[in-house]
Amino acid sequence: MTTMSTARIPPASSPCIARKPKASSNTGKLPRVYVKPGWLRKDLMGSNLRFSEFRSAKLPCSPLTVSAIASASELVKERIETKSELLVTREEGLELYEDMILGRSFEDMCAQMYYRGKMFGFVHLYNGQEAVSTGFIKMLKAHDSVCSTYRDHVHALSKGVPARAVMSELFGKTTGCCRGQGGSMHMFSKEHGVLGGFAFIGEGIPVALGAAFSSKYKQEVLKDEKANAVTVAFFGDGTCNNGQFFESLNMAALWKLPIIFVVENNLWAIGMSHIRATSVPDIWEKGPAFGMPGVHVDGMDVLKVREVAKEAVARARRGDGPTLVECETYRFRGHSLADPDELRNPAEKAHYAARDPIVSLKKYLIENNLANESDLKSIEKKIDEIIEEAVEFADASPLPQRGQLLENVFADPKGFGIGPDGRYRCEDPGFTAGTAQV
Amino acid sequence: MASSAMAQGFGGFTALMPSFSSSNRLQLGFSKHLPEWKGSSIVIRLDASFSQSSNSRKRASKLVTSAVVVKDETATSAATSKTGHELLLFEALREGLDEEMERDPRVCVVGEDVGHYGGSYKVTKGMAEKYGDLRVLDTPIAENSFTGMGVGAAMTGLRPVIEGMNMGFLLLAFNQISNNCGMLHYTSGGQFTIPVVIRGPGGVGRQLGAEHSQRLESYFQSVPGLQMVACSTPYNAKGLMKAAIRSENPVILFEHVLLYNLKEKIPDEEYVCCLEEAEMVRPGADVTILTYSRMRYHVMQAAKTLVNKGYDPEIIDIRSLKPFDLHTIGNSIKKTHRVLIVEECMRTGGIGASLRAAIIENFWDYLDAPIMCLSSQDVPTPYAGTLEDWTVVQPPQIVSAVEQICQ
Repeated sequence: MTTMSTARIPPASSPCIARKPKASSNTGKLPRVYVKPGWLRKDLMGSNLRFSEFRSAKLPCSPLTVSAIASASELVKERIETKSELLVTREEGLELYEDMILGRSFEDMCAQMYYRGKMFGFVHLYNGQEAVSTGFIKMLKAHDSVCSTYRDHVHALSKGVPARAVMSELFGKTTGCCRGQGGSMHMFSKEHGVLGGFAFIGEGIPVALGAAFSSKYKQEVLKDEKANAVTVAFFGDGTCNNGQFFESLNMAALWKLPIIFVVENNLWAIGMSHIRATSVPDIWEKGPAFGMPGVHVDGMDVLKVREVAKEAVARARRGDGPTLVECETYRFRGHSLADPDELRNPAEKAHYAARDPIVSLKKYLIENNLANESDLKSIEKKIDEIIEEAVEFADASPLPQRGQLLENVFADPKGFGIGPDGRYRCEDPGFTAGTAQV
Repeated sequence: MASSAMAQGFGGFTALMPSFSSSNRLQLGFSKHLPEWKGSSIVIRLDASFSQSSNSRKRASKLVTSAVVVKDETATSAATSKTGHELLLFEALREGLDEEMERDPRVCVVGEDVGHYGGSYKVTKGMAEKYGDLRVLDTPIAENSFTGMGVGAAMTGLRPVIEGMNMGFLLLAFNQISNNCGMLHYTSGGQFTIPVVIRGPGGVGRQLGAEHSQRLESYFQSVPGLQMVACSTPYNAKGLMKAAIRSENPVILFEHVLLYNLKEKIPDEEYVCCLEEAEMVRPGADVTILTYSRMRYHVMQAAKTLVNKGYDPEIIDIRSLKPFDLHTIGNSIKKTHRVLIVEECMRTGGIGASLRAAIIENFWDYLDAPIMCLSSQDVPTPYAGTLEDWTVVQPPQIVSAVEQICQ
């Protein structure tokens, strides 16, 4: 597989989606699983696994021809495209490009700032996975919610949190989106529907479930028809072996909650290879076990991700319930900025570097005359300026003062209790300013 | 005998005093509320003898000095209402929950067997029929996930009441309670509030075994951002339930397995208790006894003996386990100068340990004697009845502790 020479995105005309749902005994009306079963990822460390055909360069691909994804299974159907049918318009394409460039540039700047001592702790960068965030989040509306893990900078950016707020948060300044109290792993934004930012894997999935439950509750109990918000939960391959994942899949399907479970399978949980940790590495297969469709998609191709996202979001919004989407993707950097990343095979890294989602989209836009070089250059320049401004803003912002320490422990500060003098502790100005004895 | 004098002396607050006829049979009947017990009901008889020495413990005919009593018909509740209606503690909890669910359509209940089964202790009986399956949600057995779901729902506008079928089961939800309930408001910079109530029965019951007899208040007390309250009477159960639901903070409401059948007359008018305040159970002068939940009744029992011996204990049900009501506690210490803490938590790292530290820090100058703390033994609660009795604090121990402090 290392002999693949050209980085070509499989054509937009052949996403990994079957268009016709297939009736099945156990899922009833649910659209069937879309992907060829028995797919196994090739382990470039040398083990003997079959490599899925649609990631092979042997595919007779060309953007303009009909392509067939050969498969022994009946599940994968061909989608016949005409020459003129493109997956995105110019505006959409440029929006996607801009979002991915924003994500990439931001993360690169984070690395720089980290090594310059402007941010500390655990910082997990998203380089390489931009297609997943952009592909899904750009299909959402403003009132939808997103829930992530510690690799959450780009999810926040895609959802609309300003870059300066995220950068400030990383610098630990009061102007950060969480006032500097959260940090890299805890990005929250009520305004933009970002529900976190969680350091422990798996603990964000039930929170996303709760947001989806809220949606359903508001529609059915509070009779608010406009409450059709969809929630997308992002998490990794390592999380898919955790109990909360399975418990949440069960409840989501049981109550048909408007949630999409997006697995960013980048094959590695720090240094633990997915294949070494998982008895059945095909995560998408676990969806039907709980009564929801399981979809596998090429997570290095933003257009394919977008197609899947469109269907999954529509499904959730019309009340048909959850979807499990496994995105095959890859992180170009280590697990965090503290990870020397010595365990991954350089050949594997090169293989995925050749499938850089930004390069692929650029190619698609140019080849299909949706944009030219100068359009894209001007977008890159614009993003550079945004990032520069974000850093300047963060640098210039004030550090939190002592008085901020206790302000957000309780929503209702009466929770600090009644002091010996009979007054609530929070009424004592010295208490919140940090000068009184706690 | 002394009972009537004491009843008058206590008038005006919710002291649940046993009446001291020699054969006071209490039908607890909580067997039907305990899924683990099938069929037979428990009969517990109070031992009427005051002069019983602290060492004799009659177990011959399965009689146990019990904290659980039926309230005397003539005594009134802490509120000054002359009318009112009588109900059991679990019904009081249900009444509070029902009133809040009617008042605010965003309040919902999430937990195992809360819906069709009506709750393992019948706190939510009839509510699924009234409010529907979505508002009183029967969950699969997945504590961590449904607690997290409650947190997510609270962040997006609802006000869930999460029930742990037994408080011990919430150990499985520790991840969500500690990381998300307690911390999300802070790590989000104040953007999201988590107005959840987490409630359930805990404490040492009647031979329920180690895992069903846990006291989780000691584990959760360090989590910043949580408030913890413990109810002990029907009056404060309803009041605290309502207050907890209305609070914007995440509140853990600790109920006790053995207290669900306490009967009391509570006011007809709506009332809400204060989450941060302690309750004065019996004013006194000699010693301050701080307690909560079931141990309140062991203390009240010991109090009868103490009064007969000429002591005048001041008994405070602290109710708010986190934060402590330092005002009520402090005023009492300034009066009596002696403190005894009686709790059901384990000795190590329990509520008593924290309370002791807080008292030393704030009221050291007012103390005439070292603070005594009676806690449960640091042992997994044994199944055998005799061993179980020795695990928790019994009234005779309280009596001798007071005698020791006051000498």
